[in-house]
Amino acid sequence: MADYEVPEVKEYAVVPMPKDGVMEHLKPFVAKPEFQEALNYVGKKEHPDPKEMPTYVLVDGWKEKAIDKMGDLLGRYRSLQVFMDSCVKCGACTDKCHYFLGTGDAKNMPVARQDLLRSVYRRYFTFAGKYFPKLVGAKDLTEEVVDDWYSYFHQCSECRRCAVFCPYGIDTAEVTMAAREIMAHIGKGMKYSNEIIGKVFTIGNNLGLPEKALANVLEGLEEDVEYDIEVDVKFPLDQKGADILLVTPSADFFAEPHIDGLIGYAKVFHATNTSWTLSSVASEAANFGLFIGSYENMQRISMRIREAALQLGVKRIVYGECGHAWRVGYSFLNTLAGPFDFLDQNYPIPQHICEFTLDKLEKGELNIDKSRNDDKTLTFHDSCNVARGSGMGPEPGGQFRIPRAVIKAVCNNYVDMEKDTIHDATFCCGGGGGLLTDDLMDLRIKGILPRATALINAKEEHGVTHMAAICAICKSQFTKVLPYYGFTMDQIVSVHQLVSDAIILEGQVDPED
Amino acid sequence: MSTLIAVLLTLATLVMIVGLARKALQYRATPAPLKIPVTPAPKTTGGVVIRMAKEVVFFSSLFRSSKWTWIFGWVFHVSLALAFIRHLRYIIDPEGPLGFMMPVIGLWIVQTAGKYAVFGMIIGLSGLLARRFLVARVRYISAPSDYLMLILLLAITISGFVMSFISYVDITGVKIFMLGILNFNLQELPESTALIAHLVLVAILGFVLPISKLLHIPGVFFAPTRNQVDNPREKRHIVDWAKPLDATRGDYPELQPKEAAEETKA
Repeated sequence: MADYEVPEVKEYAVVPMPKDGVMEHLKPFVAKPEFQEALNYVGKKEHPDPKEMPTYVLVDGWKEKAIDKMGDLLGRYRSLQVFMDSCVKCGACTDKCHYFLGTGDAKNMPVARQDLLRSVYRRYFTFAGKYFPKLVGAKDLTEEVVDDWYSYFHQCSECRRCAVFCPYGIDTAEVTMAAREIMAHIGKGMKYSNEIIGKVFTIGNNLGLPEKALANVLEGLEEDVEYDIEVDVKFPLDQKGADILLVTPSADFFAEPHIDGLIGYAKVFHATNTSWTLSSVASEAANFGLFIGSYENMQRISMRIREAALQLGVKRIVYGECGHAWRVGYSFLNTLAGPFDFLDQNYPIPQHICEFTLDKLEKGELNIDKSRNDDKTLTFHDSCNVARGSGMGPEPGGQFRIPRAVIKAVCNNYVDMEKDTIHDATFCCGGGGGLLTDDLMDLRIKGILPRATALINAKEEHGVTHMAAICAICKSQFTKVLPYYGFTMDQIVSVHQLVSDAIILEGQVDPED
Repeated sequence: MSTLIAVLLTLATLVMIVGLARKALQYRATPAPLKIPVTPAPKTTGGVVIRMAKEVVFFSSLFRSSKWTWIFGWVFHVSLALAFIRHLRYIIDPEGPLGFMMPVIGLWIVQTAGKYAVFGMIIGLSGLLARRFLVARVRYISAPSDYLMLILLLAITISGFVMSFISYVDITGVKIFMLGILNFNLQELPESTALIAHLVLVAILGFVLPISKLLHIPGVFFAPTRNQVDNPREKRHIVDWAKPLDATRGDYPELQPKEAAEETKA
């Protein structure tokens, strides 16, 4: 583990005194012009000294371009326009952000973060800000302001926890997305997200895993499972005429514990004789277009799923375990890539794998031996995008009930973490919103503090040994960062990994220990 | 003096109404391209009405976030509503079209509640102001206008308190004056420093309202995070500016059938 300053864990989350600018230095790498252009953005490179690394700077005329873009977004997004106006600075959100709680930087308080953009909005778009800037805290747009934007709008994971507590429903995620979109239009795109989106366009997934490699991985998985339990569980790819297209984050193809979740989905499909396939066109559920606030890029990525469904002639679309992908899938897919009139209307479009599995569990179609998970005491981390930006099942709040019901159906020992850290009050894992990058490691370690505190309490009070999640980003962030808080990587599990461990397939022969 | 106050009040009212209406229309005209209710959210319009009512009447989210802010904020707003209702008698002509409301507004309980609401307003506003000074996080986010707004409201409240409890004003005269403005038949304003201060400050509030954070009044109703129905899978939501994208979305090069793409290369 690299050397980072890990915040001290207290018995319960303590609200720090706000300190100005302690995290100002932390900025993610800027995207190169060629990556910017692939996404219809702009970029400018400066390379005066060939011995030094080049720098990526604001494009010419950036100030006018930024203000124009802000005006454009204000006219196209009611959320942004209303949120810029209606904040009364009541302070309700000030102690709600995990990044503020973890860093103590005043500008990581949601309202202060919004104000970085709001002060410029007021200066150029409101009467009071034009004529009485000092009085209402309006500010000229300068390079320093853009620098602050670049720091602090990349210290927001767009998790929406602040929006739950705001009396006016102001969602900092919407403000962050707008700010990132503005920055991307003046040459300050973020390397991590924008490069990944480029890979989706050229190769098909975030990982840059080409079709052949993907086919190899799936073949290898079939062999592994066959070796393990002597059952020929299939991982079909591009199978025309299959009933279900499974769209899952590409991390499920290689990362731990994600891959164990993928094995779980395959076992559930196998056990229920469900015809399904993965797709090399839609080999990615994740949609980083959401993170950078770009409707156009989000739509272009989503179109791959529609295209794959059409090409393969499937009847249904099911999403694997991925938090923000599920937000895009549940809340936006119909808008971005619909209407899906060519799919079977008897099922939700799209459906979540947890919805699918719980239905099968409730119908008794799966042979489950819960005692196989008796070595663990589980808790569940509600992923922010699932909890506050999506739903499952027919009732509001199904996104909390259904994954827990799946876990409880395959495990005997389950407890929730503290009430103010779960359901719609859940804390972000600290790596969401396009921040799951090594250049922001310091922030990720600090931002996990509220979740780590709750998990440590659950461990000490209830003997919790494992935390399950249904989000690829959460799983990656937890396995990488929770070790700084004394946990081991294998204490983080996929929900369908638990299903996989408890399920008994026909003809299954367990290895002798 | 009467003329000056009458002009000021008339202008302030117009600015306030036109300003707020313009903003509300702007919010309504601005599209919300995506379904972004903060979930769990109601699945029906009726459910959304209940959700919004809880927010607007009880400040339910604020109650969850911060009990102190909620107590001061809620007490202030409810007291303001009671005081507002009490004030309606000054502008409703018993003989006019809204005259039917007078018996209710004139009820002892309504008038008394409105009168003593002034204490609620003072307590609420003082609490909110104190919080701005005392809580470091709130102090950090406060601009001068945030303090001034509370001070303006406090000044209005205190001038009202003075008239109700210390230096009584000829309220029949006030009513005649107000009805005079509404009927374009200007009457004399009773002499009272507190009254003049009260009315001038109220006029300032009217001017400030549509250009300040008091825009939370229309804003609260227009937040897509709260007022949208959570039914994106059941019903396709699409706005006008996104429709052209809908039409051209098959054109992305990476989504062309493979054979066609290879032909283009050749």
